[in-house]
Amino acid sequence: MQNAGLEYDYTVSKWFAYLAIIFGIVGMSIGTYIAFELAFPGMNEWFGQYGTFSRLRPIHTNVVAFGFTLSGIWAAMYYIAQRTLKVSLKENSFVHGLAKAHFWLYLLLAALMVTTELMGITTSKEYAEMEWPLDVLTVVVWVLFGMAMFGMIGMRREKTLYISMWYFIAFFLGVAMLYLFNNMEVPTYFVTGMGKWYHSVSMYSGTNDALVQWWYGHNAVAFVFTVPIVAMIYYYLPKESGQPVFSYKLSLLSFWGLMFVYLWAGGHHLIYSTVPDWMQTMGSVFSVILILPSWGSAINMLLTMKGEWNQLKESPLIKFMVLASTFYMLSTLEGPIQAIKSVNALAHFTDWIPGHVHDGTLGWVGFMVIAAILHMAPRYFKREIYSRKLMEMQFWLQTTGIVLYFSSMWIAGITQGMMWRAVDQYGNLAYSFIDTVTVLHPYYTIRAIGGLLYVTGLFMWAYNFYKTMQSDKVLEKEPAFASPMGA
Amino acid sequence: MFHWLEQRPFFFSVGVFLVIAFAGLIEIVPDFAQASRPVAGTQPYTLLQLAGRHVYIKDSCNACHSQLIRPFKSETDRYGPYSLSGEYAYDRPFLWGSKRTGPDLHRVGEYRTTDWHENHMWEPTSVVPGSIMPAYKHMFTQNADLETAYAEALTVKKVFNVPYDQPGFTKLGSWEEAKKQALEDAKKIAADMKNKDVKEAVERGEIPEIVALIAYLNSLR
Repeated sequence: MQNAGLEYDYTVSKWFAYLAIIFGIVGMSIGTYIAFELAFPGMNEWFGQYGTFSRLRPIHTNVVAFGFTLSGIWAAMYYIAQRTLKVSLKENSFVHGLAKAHFWLYLLLAALMVTTELMGITTSKEYAEMEWPLDVLTVVVWVLFGMAMFGMIGMRREKTLYISMWYFIAFFLGVAMLYLFNNMEVPTYFVTGMGKWYHSVSMYSGTNDALVQWWYGHNAVAFVFTVPIVAMIYYYLPKESGQPVFSYKLSLLSFWGLMFVYLWAGGHHLIYSTVPDWMQTMGSVFSVILILPSWGSAINMLLTMKGEWNQLKESPLIKFMVLASTFYMLSTLEGPIQAIKSVNALAHFTDWIPGHVHDGTLGWVGFMVIAAILHMAPRYFKREIYSRKLMEMQFWLQTTGIVLYFSSMWIAGITQGMMWRAVDQYGNLAYSFIDTVTVLHPYYTIRAIGGLLYVTGLFMWAYNFYKTMQSDKVLEKEPAFASPMGA
Repeated sequence: MFHWLEQRPFFFSVGVFLVIAFAGLIEIVPDFAQASRPVAGTQPYTLLQLAGRHVYIKDSCNACHSQLIRPFKSETDRYGPYSLSGEYAYDRPFLWGSKRTGPDLHRVGEYRTTDWHENHMWEPTSVVPGSIMPAYKHMFTQNADLETAYAEALTVKKVFNVPYDQPGFTKLGSWEEAKKQALEDAKKIAADMKNKDVKEAVERGEIPEIVALIAYLNSLR
């Protein structure tokens, strides 16, 4: 390697890793709390108007998606970019400054996001709840991120971009485009000089608004929960296992395929709604096609482990990543199934949907972020990971949590969907709506327990990370492949 | 070609952008003009209803309730005629929701009344035993933000040509007129309610959130 002497600067990456841990615990604790509220509604009154399910639900989704996940992604990006481009942030104080500004403004944005949403200031659009002043701040944060990343690309010594960088670039461009178009809104104060200054009204109305929102909402899943996470697995799995990526051609096919197909699939959120039928069908069809590029990446990763499956037994980090890849396959198969019109008629509006979201987010996104940060810890601190055993326990606890979560929600969703349409012998509806709610109590309880297990695992993760910082088992130099870990 | 692109970040980025932007253009653009046309009889929200809609959004009612009746017999039997695109022409933002933890509300004004909502929002289990919906008692004490609602109505009138004040459509008028009308509407709703504090507040010329919210829910037909 020509630049073996290059010393990377992990400052910003490390900051984002701390944030990912904090946001993970906060966001998923809120999630667990509201899951218990559905099972035990009395809990809605514990914190007055600030503790109801409806007020907290957007905070849960935002903190987990845009707090935990984005922090984890950026921790990885600032790490992977330096290493695959063969540059160090130390070399250019301007780019380093951009990266730091990116971090601090993002932290400010996240704090404001939680505060305003707790106060009930929201546009109501899922995953785009922030009002216009925060949208403006988001654009600033995004531009800083872009400048820092392209700054590093501009400085690069390795001419060819590694696969991970393709995905990070797509992540930057995709989110920028989607976010801008979905958040087009008119601040009412500037037009009329009346009312709250931060209030705005959507540029689109009714069906059009829904169309743009789900084109965005679905692709927020694509470009936050998929694209950058694929970037991460393409780096960390080969690195941790010491195995080369199985196939370059397969990664090409998967990348360009994913880019082309994903955007079309947004229509599957609007099946049997008032958007035109052809669009709904396109949503269905492209969702099914989406299996190809999704499974392409996942299979590419699994085959990277070919001949080295013994590592699965030995390393909990490999366990996390291989299971992440497997959950990615599961949820990218489940999604298209739900996008088939007849299945959608049953599944839409039921708990099967949050079930589907969570096997993807907890299993795929969550596990990848957890593994990435633990992989980086010994490189950040030049110390051995504190405990392998703790990681093993965390893995099994969280896997059990996920299984409880999605299996209970599958049953709940299908039960509810079937009960909504059930008729008696005269063709009248067999159940009143409330019957279809009370029947879900046991499943809501199981789901909440699943969430609790997962959050417990996050605390173990945080503890392991913290103890690694404190460890006296100092490493002479950065480990090349498998992360060293204590018993 | 791919090797070439991978060494040139600029062209690579342009390529990625074109590939991802393509679907949006083809799917979204063609339908824009048609889908926003209102069906006959659809009215823009009155000031009080709009303020109530803001309360609905503030407490994220859409997290658990949809406003979209799908064209299935089991849905039309339960909720009424299936939803039409033009009925949403004045909905900014749309509030279809994505999850029915509670029932659909698109035509809730057809079969629920002011006093039902009052009891339900105060203590859901009092009218629906087994309900897991939270109580929203704070809506009985906090006031709705009429001014922001007016600002929004005026904005959509000016910017998007929503037909306020046109013959046969909802009257908005000046801020003074609109406020007076909203208070009159609020009094009609309060007359059907039993909560003393709310009634007194409306007498004083205030509009508690619950009154605005009920006005909005009653308008959903």
